[in-house]
Amino acid sequence: MTEPILSIRNLVVEIKTRHAILKAVDCVSYDIAPGEILGVVGESGAGKSMAGNAVIGLLSKPFSVADGEIWLKGRRIDNLSREKMRRLRGKEIGVVFQDPLTSLNPLIRIGDQLVETIMEHLKLSKKEAERRAISALEEVGIPAAAKRVNSYPHEFSGGMRQRVVIALALCAEPSLIIADEPTTALDVSVQAQIIALLKRLCRERGTAVMLITHDMGVVAETANRVAVMYAGRLAEIGPVRDVLTNPKHPYTDGLMGSTPAAAIGLEKLRQIPGSMPRLARLPKGCAFSPRCNRATDKCVQDPPPDLTAGEGYAACWYSLKTECTG
Amino acid sequence: MSTLVSVKNLSKVFDVSKPWLNRVIERLPKAHLTATSDVDFDVEENAVYSLVGESGSGKSTIGKMVVGLLQPTEGNVEINGVDLASETDIEIIKQSRTDIQMIFQDPYASMNPRWRVRDIILEPVVASNGDTEGLAEKLLEQVGLAAEDATKFPHEFSGGQRQRICIARALASAPKLIVCDEPTSALDVSVQAQVLNLMDDLKSELGLTYLFISHDLTVVRHISDRIGVLYLGRLVEEGTPDQLFDAPKHPYTQMLISSAPKIDGFGREVDPPQGEIPDPIDPPSGCAFHPRCPIATAKCKSERPALRELDDNRVACHLA
Ligand SMILES: Nc1ncnc2c1ncn2[C@@H]1O[C@H](COP(=O)(O)OP(=O)(O)OP(=O)(O)O)[C@@H](O)[C@H]1O
Ligand SMILES: Nc1ncnc2c1ncn2[C@@H]1O[C@H](COP(=O)(O)OP(=O)(O)OP(=O)(O)O)[C@@H](O)[C@H]1O
Ligand code: SF4
Ligand SMILES: [Mg+2]
Ligand SMILES: [Mg+2]
Repeated sequence: MTEPILSIRNLVVEIKTRHAILKAVDCVSYDIAPGEILGVVGESGAGKSMAGNAVIGLLSKPFSVADGEIWLKGRRIDNLSREKMRRLRGKEIGVVFQDPLTSLNPLIRIGDQLVETIMEHLKLSKKEAERRAISALEEVGIPAAAKRVNSYPHEFSGGMRQRVVIALALCAEPSLIIADEPTTALDVSVQAQIIALLKRLCRERGTAVMLITHDMGVVAETANRVAVMYAGRLAEIGPVRDVLTNPKHPYTDGLMGSTPAAAIGLEKLRQIPGSMPRLARLPKGCAFSPRCNRATDKCVQDPPPDLTAGEGYAACWYSLKTECTG
Repeated sequence: MSTLVSVKNLSKVFDVSKPWLNRVIERLPKAHLTATSDVDFDVEENAVYSLVGESGSGKSTIGKMVVGLLQPTEGNVEINGVDLASETDIEIIKQSRTDIQMIFQDPYASMNPRWRVRDIILEPVVASNGDTEGLAEKLLEQVGLAAEDATKFPHEFSGGQRQRICIARALASAPKLIVCDEPTSALDVSVQAQVLNLMDDLKSELGLTYLFISHDLTVVRHISDRIGVLYLGRLVEEGTPDQLFDAPKHPYTQMLISSAPKIDGFGREVDPPQGEIPDPIDPPSGCAFHPRCPIATAKCKSERPALRELDDNRVACHLA
């Protein structure tokens, strides 16, 4: 295997509250290879964004990386200073959030924002940077890019703004992109455009992508591998087709089963009882045990072992096998 | 089966002009936004009729006109033969009001956080001086919560539980019709499944009718008896879920269905659709979909297609 772009090892993100220290991310490990899209899925509060924010060094007060390591292209980055991390963001790591307006300055023309980012990270003259800004906008499919560089963010539609953010994330040619729900706020037709764009850029440039989403359909169509998170832990990880069609963790199985698309022709949707526990009230054994139809005393008593990168696929005492799904 | 809701030629135009003084200074004309235009459909009793479409297509505007939160600019809504906008008999108006309830996407925003769950649920009944003895507890159990929850506050519940509380509140006045505006869009899939199953149970138990509003095609396919597809405020196609998903006739419906991600669409490469929804203040001439339509002709640019019957569907496209 080629050397991964991103390696996360036993990552722990803590939240210090007045009453306790909570683990929003608990001992998570995974790699992303060049040109690979890793989908990170799981329900609201699973810790997907916390893990992403840890990688880009955007955790601030009550949150912190309490343990583990983050490596980017063979270099350890979880212990870098704020300033070094800020430079790495943009140069080596591009970031796309759900709301494009968090990444754009409303008062600055988008061309100037692009030029500023390009000149900060690449040794180019103003002229060259301007030319590059236009080609970056063309590449993400903004029509009449040479004219649109003079527009302000509010003059674009939501979908166009998200394209501008992707252009901004990509203009310094980073090796990793963290996209946190990049299409959640968009209409399906625009979502399809943005996803096709991300896939094309990743294929053409060999960029590694961490795609955080709660939409199993988006993951199926976009990701090569998928990591399923539950209550801060990695429940399951593997090639996307294997995980979605042949889940090994009861949570993944339940998640897939409860999507309406899985119930075509059925009267009722399959549902998982209950909801994800709050971090302050995590069960002592497997965090999924109160909702799991296979849970035994052992599950209630002891948490299943954490997944180590490259080994094992599901953190479950009784991983589902193909033959016992019936 | 009989028709419970009959929507006829419904239109809603919003005045979105700048303030008078700005208009004079900047020499701007008045601006109007047509959110809903000439929409016609019937909802059968004890059925689920869904409205789908992308953001801004006018789904919520129609929902609000059906429950009477907005006045139509033109056309009307009849529920059981009663048109609230023109009815004068106070008793009939009162009865019709309690027959229709609405639930919204964000359950938290539609509750007063300082009220106890009991008071939230009973509010519509108290407002009409109805009998509330033991009602909140009964409704809570009906939606899968516990009678003890009546004394708690909204923040003590998860998103899915709060949506159950909203459903309980909507049920309190024993309505016939519930307009559900994106009721599960803010929920996780596993919780969405719980809420949709609950809604289905209540429909059979209580003989309810739903007008269901959503942008999620998979949800709509699962829950509906009939689906209306909206584009820029107009109904462009209507049919049963099977008809619509197996053989969509309108190019917009086809585009929506093909661009929705599929859970078994591994490595699927879609030709992403062209363009975006146009500005509703200045909609395209002819068929509003023509700038994005892969098969548009000159006629599509100049002439608006009428919604016409085709097999058992209704379609508004020159080429269907
Ligand atoms: N200020 C806070 N105090 C305590 N817990 C918090 C705080 N902020 C976030 N959390 C918890 O951190 C956990 C991880 O949150 P995170 O935002 O990573 O979830 P997520 O998987 O991205 O969810 P979503 O799909 O909603 O974006 C959640 O359980 C959340 O409740
Ligand atoms: N009070 C209002 N004043 C002016 N314009 C409005 C008003 N309410 C809605 N609109 C406009 O009417 C159109 C239809 O809006 P509506 O909220 O019905 O769409 P929707 O289909 O529910 O969209 P979404 O999926 O985003 O909820 C939009 O262009 C919207 O901007
Ligand atoms: S460890 Fe036990 S409780 Fe947890 S998912 Fe596996 S079977 Fe279910
Ligand atoms: Mg998140
Ligand atoms: Mg709406």
